[in-house]
Amino acid sequence: MSRGLLLFKDIDTPGLTGIETYRKLGGYESLAGTLGHKTPDECIEIVKSSGLRGRGGAGFPTGLKWSFVPKNSPKAKYIVCNADESEPGTFKDRELMVLNPHLLIEGMILAGYAIGANAGYIYFRGEFAYVQAIMDKGIAEARAAGLVGDNVFGSGFKFELYTHLGAGAYICGEETALLSSLEGFRGQPRLKPPFPAVEGLYACPTVVNNVETIMNVPHILKNGGAWYKQWGTDKSSGTKVLSVSGPVKRPGNYEIPLGLPLRTLIESPEYCGGMRDGLKVKGVIPGGSSVPVLPASLLDTGLDYESMNSAGTFLGSGGVIVIDDQTCMVDALWNLIRFYRHESCGKCTPCREGTYWMGEILERIEKGEGRDGDIDLLLDVANNIFGKSFCALGDAAAMPVQGMLKHFREEFEYHVKHKRCMVNRRRNAVMEVGA
Amino acid sequence: MSHAPIMPTEAPAVLEWPDNVKPEVAEAISHYPVKRSAVLPLLWIAQRTWGWCPPAALQLVARTAELPEPEVFGVATFYTMFNLQPVGRHHLQVCMTLSCSLMGADRLFKHLEHKLGIGHGETTADGRFTLRRVECLAACGGGPCMQVGLDYYEDLDLPKVDAILEKLK
Repeated sequence: MSRGLLLFKDIDTPGLTGIETYRKLGGYESLAGTLGHKTPDECIEIVKSSGLRGRGGAGFPTGLKWSFVPKNSPKAKYIVCNADESEPGTFKDRELMVLNPHLLIEGMILAGYAIGANAGYIYFRGEFAYVQAIMDKGIAEARAAGLVGDNVFGSGFKFELYTHLGAGAYICGEETALLSSLEGFRGQPRLKPPFPAVEGLYACPTVVNNVETIMNVPHILKNGGAWYKQWGTDKSSGTKVLSVSGPVKRPGNYEIPLGLPLRTLIESPEYCGGMRDGLKVKGVIPGGSSVPVLPASLLDTGLDYESMNSAGTFLGSGGVIVIDDQTCMVDALWNLIRFYRHESCGKCTPCREGTYWMGEILERIEKGEGRDGDIDLLLDVANNIFGKSFCALGDAAAMPVQGMLKHFREEFEYHVKHKRCMVNRRRNAVMEVGA
Repeated sequence: MSHAPIMPTEAPAVLEWPDNVKPEVAEAISHYPVKRSAVLPLLWIAQRTWGWCPPAALQLVARTAELPEPEVFGVATFYTMFNLQPVGRHHLQVCMTLSCSLMGADRLFKHLEHKLGIGHGETTADGRFTLRRVECLAACGGGPCMQVGLDYYEDLDLPKVDAILEKLK
């Protein structure tokens, strides 16, 4: 079945985690064909021409990000891989790393070469200790084969690669908070500018890229930018791994050409195969929990950056959460806001206080204690977090509220008026456990 | 933000790295140009060594990383995964975020509470289990899921959870 086009193509090959199998399938050929054959600038140009955009959520053009690293800086430079994967609904990087660690290692060496970094770090969320162990084993194999260390492939290029384990903090997926955490501080975000490309890790030029982004790099440098554009749309080129969760028949990771309609992903027997247990789709959060929800009427929207933006949401990290028609949207939103309230790092007031109050309002609506004006109050709080918090976490907490109230406001009004859910198949369990 | 209370009463006064752990400590420090960066790896080593991070372990990490103690306390209390109080032999961490909740995480958690006779953040009297609600574990496609220690268990239902508990002595 079509689990993948590129990153997932050979991913189920037995033994792929070992360097020998990886090399048999063409692994490290991209590295061999690049070092000594292409200049770092040429590498950046190839990645730019591929149209690759950051796969972690923001969708920023990768080649452009690399080109911001000052060429003449006397400081050390760093490449950092964001393997924090903390956006609810997203679980692609974990599977990619567990099944194909060497592709990430090859990508890190190549990215390091392109930006002139002699050291790289892979930052994992704390829960991924076992993934770190798999990656450490891969790095040791690569080091023994002369692919990591003082003289990569005998080219004279020096590259050290280390792994670093976080310890449970959603905020560390934000790149400046990640760097604070890597430096041994509380994982709180820093003011931008200066951007990490100029002053990142240890105040040195640093590029932070997501796992999936880095894993595309060996393929692109080997085959060229035009080749990568065989998939996707004009402005959203390439493939994207989408993590689908919720009550669909076959949840999981699917690598699709960008632009595939959301409906195809959910309903096609080639992908998720539709909903379970006679349930219907009520709404879909298409890009991780932080992006606005889409109602079922917009299921034909294409899964690419531009189409999603036109529909009022984002492709984000590709964490597709499917919500069924028997779920109460107030309950679903309260669940998400509890997440943001728990994960707000506490640094800035709009996010710290705003997420708390949104949680309070949603809890009383869900418990049947909602008051007249609560819905407008909730929206007011969300609008006052949005764009006014220190980092993107505040926006990430506000957008689910804005999206839900745009498309499902009547369910919230019903809840306030009738003091109960319109529908809720999970109500008893949810209310017993509480917050 | 971690909301774990700190400063339990029963804790060793002074700790040193055991000899068999010292190479790991040196290795962790060697990965960074700045010693402070090793704080998280050192806290992890402490937690593996003693099962949790007692105040004396935080002081040891501060000495090792050459930092003022409050700096290390500040870091350790920020992250949710450092146990600042002792936990049971098996730390059951049940994901409660939306994808898992849609698939029955709330019912699963309630079942565990009933079965073990403890609530969120509590440990069974025999010290076997600590139960905790946690936020997204990045295993949404396998929801409901839980992490026990460092192991993931996915696609859970009540019989599967019962079978897992049986195996965890």
